[in-house]
Amino acid sequence: MILTLAFRNLFHDRVRLAVTLIGILFSIVLVAVQLGLYLGSSRMITSNIDNARGELWITAFGAKSFEDGGLLLHSAERHQALAAAGVAEVIPLVVSFAEWRRPNGGSTRVVVVGTDPEDGGLVPWSLTDGTWLDVKSPDGIAVDKSYLAELDVKGIGDTAQVAHGRVRIKALTEGVRSFTQAPYAYMPISRARHLLGAPGDATSFYLVKLQPGADVESVRRDLKSRFESAEVLTAEEFRDRSLNTWLFQTGAGVALIGGALLGLLVGTVIVAQTLYSSTKDHLAEFATLRALGSSSGYIHKVILGQAGLSAVIGYVLGMIIALAVVYASRGTPLPMVMTPWLAAALFAVTIFMCAISQLSAIFKVTKIDPAMVFSK
Amino acid sequence: MKREPVLEAVDIVKELGSGAAKVQALKGVSMALRPSELTLLMGPSGSGKTTLLSILGCILKPTSGDVRVVGESTIGMSAEQLATVRRAHIGFIFQSYNLFPTLSAIENVRIALDVRGQSGFKAAARAEEVLRDVGLGHRLRYHPGNMSGGEQQRVAVARAIAASPSVVLADEPTAALDTENGHAVMALLARIAKEQARSVLVVTHDPRTLPYADRVVRIEDGRIVGEERRPEGLDAPEITDLAKRRKAHA
Repeated sequence: MILTLAFRNLFHDRVRLAVTLIGILFSIVLVAVQLGLYLGSSRMITSNIDNARGELWITAFGAKSFEDGGLLLHSAERHQALAAAGVAEVIPLVVSFAEWRRPNGGSTRVVVVGTDPEDGGLVPWSLTDGTWLDVKSPDGIAVDKSYLAELDVKGIGDTAQVAHGRVRIKALTEGVRSFTQAPYAYMPISRARHLLGAPGDATSFYLVKLQPGADVESVRRDLKSRFESAEVLTAEEFRDRSLNTWLFQTGAGVALIGGALLGLLVGTVIVAQTLYSSTKDHLAEFATLRALGSSSGYIHKVILGQAGLSAVIGYVLGMIIALAVVYASRGTPLPMVMTPWLAAALFAVTIFMCAISQLSAIFKVTKIDPAMVFSK
Repeated sequence: MKREPVLEAVDIVKELGSGAAKVQALKGVSMALRPSELTLLMGPSGSGKTTLLSILGCILKPTSGDVRVVGESTIGMSAEQLATVRRAHIGFIFQSYNLFPTLSAIENVRIALDVRGQSGFKAAARAEEVLRDVGLGHRLRYHPGNMSGGEQQRVAVARAIAASPSVVLADEPTAALDTENGHAVMALLARIAKEQARSVLVVTHDPRTLPYADRVVRIEDGRIVGEERRPEGLDAPEITDLAKRRKAHA
């Protein structure tokens, strides 16, 4: 009967229900968009680190992110690392911003990523057109489909000038986007060094693969002791550092999280207003319940039942809109992400928001005087 | 044989308001309600009828004095403990019915059982049974808005007796009803008192209720000023005459 009464109270005044649901919808969609963008940005920032196969990263001292490695490491560090106990492989990566000259004039920036996937380090993922073998052919590179217009090319076979040399698009990826909006251009490491005019052993990062059973922390300590101007980070630490650099030092992440909190706050206020006035309208009924002998807990359950029902209906409608926005953002430079965890977290947030919104209503009925049932 | 009271007010004093506005609504009222008895509590407006009903129903706490429910004192009980006493022993009927407008007749009765922890099929069957008992078997799914005043009050009676309380307290149950419906509701309450051995207290100033009373308690200015009991063998019209004679004499 608790849910029946809650349901009837809720649907008794359809206009107020609509306002309540709009408040929840507004909140859910705004929070979903902000957090979806946050997750999408996080994925873009860490996608190369997440797809690289190595327990440790050797970076130039102070490297802030995957794009910020410079070309400061050399073969000496590689040999020193290979000499450490527990190290199986040390795989070089070259990563640097470079100028891409558009075939029809003007230029833009790209992030040159030099990798030799045969070494098992960073293997370009989501290759949908062409293969890595194609990329290995003369001047070959792989870029993401979504940046073709930005790069002023049409697709496979088109050529452009990058830094000191010419490149030809030989393969395309899908969904490999860059948070900096400078597209990633994947190519063999020797071609990357050539384009960037870097010495033959210049390297941005070394990916360290450990021997089976080796202790990550002790290998890291050993490696750290060997380098004066290089850092040794776990993949997790490098991820966190990259996220911190792009999301929090630039303020982008703070803006996204701030937007989500604002959405939550505005939604809570709207829902609190409407649910409170609904409770106030039904005060005589709650007083009757109290006079009939119901415990205050019973009445609280009715009120929370109203909140729960509003939350479920609002969540379902909000998620339909949020998923539509996620779908629409797929082809944009800043795609939203919706994960099962985010969906579950949003549901929990909605329930929490509606429950918090009912605090004032619960406070009101706690002070209810059952004697008001006798007022004529 | 005199039966033990199920509800007893002992020397009840109730002060309302504070400071200069403080008034004594009840000034040392004592009364007892026994099973199988329909008692009318009559008095002019402002005499303290409803205040006494609220205190007997454990809704208001007296300033001093004690309310004993089936022999148990309620002195010092918290609001939650008093609610427990109401759940266990007392059924209420209100002047303006106080039905839930969004619930059907059967749901209005079921909710009184639900607050007592009785739910599911058995509760639904019990609600239907009491509604049929008050003559509303054909209105089970009707909402209050689609029922007459008399029907709504009968739903309220069904709600009050569904959980088989020892005492039924009714506040002006006929005030909003026409003559026919007023008599029907009073006949129903009298039957409940007799057939189900409950104690029924009706607060009223409606003279149409007199024929149904076993006892009439009169209250004025916060004090019990008189009590008439229907003598053994005296039928309903005779007690009405008794009341009239008393009024004329006064």
